[in-house]
Amino acid sequence: MNAPPPAGGWGTHAVSVRYGRRLALDQVTFRVLPGQVSAVVGGDGAGRTTLLRILSGAIGAGGGMVMRPPRIQTGYLAAGSGTYPDLTVAENLAFRAAAYRIPAAVAGPRIQAYLDRAGLLAARDRLAGRLSGGMRQKLGVIAAMLHEPALLVLDEPTTGVDPVSRADLWSLITQAAAAGAAVVFATSYLDEAERAAHVLVLAEGRELAAGSPEQIVAAMPGRVVAAATRPPGPAGMRSWRRDGRWRVWMPDGAGDVPGGGAELVQPDLQDAVTVAILAREPGASPAPATSGTATSGTATGKEG
Amino acid sequence: MDENAPLAECLSVSRRFGGFTAVDGVDLRLGRGEVVGLLGANGAGKTTLIRMLLGLLPATAGQVRLFGGPPSRQARRRVGYVPQTLGLYDDLTAAENLAFSAAVFGRGAQAPLPGWLHGYRRVLVGDLPLGIQRRVAFAEALGHGPDLLILDEPTSGVDPLARARLWETIADAARAGAGVLVTTHYMDEAGECGRLVIMAAGRVVAAGTAAQITGDTRVSVVDTGTWAAAFAALEAAGLPVALAGRTLRVPGASPAAVRQALGPVDARVTEAPATLEERFFQLTAAGARVGRPDPVRKEAG
Repeated sequence: MNAPPPAGGWGTHAVSVRYGRRLALDQVTFRVLPGQVSAVVGGDGAGRTTLLRILSGAIGAGGGMVMRPPRIQTGYLAAGSGTYPDLTVAENLAFRAAAYRIPAAVAGPRIQAYLDRAGLLAARDRLAGRLSGGMRQKLGVIAAMLHEPALLVLDEPTTGVDPVSRADLWSLITQAAAAGAAVVFATSYLDEAERAAHVLVLAEGRELAAGSPEQIVAAMPGRVVAAATRPPGPAGMRSWRRDGRWRVWMPDGAGDVPGGGAELVQPDLQDAVTVAILAREPGASPAPATSGTATSGTATGKEG
Repeated sequence: MDENAPLAECLSVSRRFGGFTAVDGVDLRLGRGEVVGLLGANGAGKTTLIRMLLGLLPATAGQVRLFGGPPSRQARRRVGYVPQTLGLYDDLTAAENLAFSAAVFGRGAQAPLPGWLHGYRRVLVGDLPLGIQRRVAFAEALGHGPDLLILDEPTSGVDPLARARLWETIADAARAGAGVLVTTHYMDEAGECGRLVIMAAGRVVAAGTAAQITGDTRVSVVDTGTWAAAFAALEAAGLPVALAGRTLRVPGASPAAVRQALGPVDARVTEAPATLEERFFQLTAAGARVGRPDPVRKEAG
């Protein structure tokens, strides 16, 4: 029987982590609720892996509070690993089942069901080292969830994985959440994060935005317009390509888009996250009064 | 060479490995200034096709033409290629990588270092952030002013702004007249491509713009306070169901069929246009059913 999570779920409160002189996480608060899929997004060096390692119990926090279940009730898939290349798919899972002391009568049918769900049944006798990237990631996720953990932590399970294997991975993740696990995964795909109930956006170890995808979009400062060409001047600094056109972030008080022909768009999570990243770039804010230190928290839309 | 002549062309191209057909009768044409997205699951045959275009692998049947002729070494000098693994030397700096590539392509005078690299002047490529590494690989591939750019998963693993910046570079190259063939697993990027080619099991299963391929395909959408129960009911009925936030999406099943499968579960079932990704699953699942049971063998392609 898994331990019940504290009120408010598993997660971190104002957690900081330092690697030497570098602050990898800076006062990060994150909640992961049972029966829910949460996503951590951010680019290279954003602090995603550090946060997930903290949640999994693999490393300790330098400051702040961590609420997590005992290790035995946690499932963790580290980025780019999690399987033994010289064992077959079946041997990998049998080994994992034994390590977690899952009775054979329970493990056998469970492994069969997960392999079936992931489209891996035909590959059960293949060496893990000979699987494609997507298949290996599916095996890693199954291995992490085999003991039905209360908290399932997956670091970039879908990066570089083709869309068909990504769908299988989502089926596994959904299955774990439907069974009551709190699931958290890191990703750089915003369309995938948009499917999560709760999203944390990190940049350089800090929270850039947090909440449901809808809340993050609603909290986005200013407006986003679409234009056929990149506008001149400062608006051009706040532009990025999307769908073969240009999106332009117009912060409050920025006036109209120069050149005309721009139309207002209903932003999605990808737009909101791009705006949050842009707002931190020097020169992207409309006036000196709102640039600099004020920008880091502008796109934050915390729950509650 | 005629301005309108294709830069790269595949005419009924097939490639077999023993008894396994990795690419099966593919037709593809890429012109100047075009950005064509090549989509497909792993093992669909994309990489094999790219290797044939690069002249690294001969076709078993059909014809591969690069700039109107066979993909010779001479023709390859006009191609810029960024492989998935980027192909950079990790233990050299970005400038050293660029200088080495310039020497290989016989460009004597080295172009000045791009402004965005100045901050990383002394950093080895292996220690650069992934987004910067990708920009370096682009700079290297574009350094000799290629007429054809072939990019394999060029934006994997970077944040959305860095991804948009990379697409800016791709669009600039296309505007300057280069043809671009790009593979991606990220359906949102399909909107940057003028045309898409979807492959499954070695064959082209769809081609056209994203809107043309998605067409009027629709999916059922389930809104419910108890998504886990609805998920279980739909799965038990054998329907393909995907979680999106707190709603469920069911491609390939009518709202009436979904309603019936839900049984006593309290839910509102509506219909919505399918996304390109949902349409992609339908197309590739149908394509994959045609044959090829062994995905590992497929990977070899």
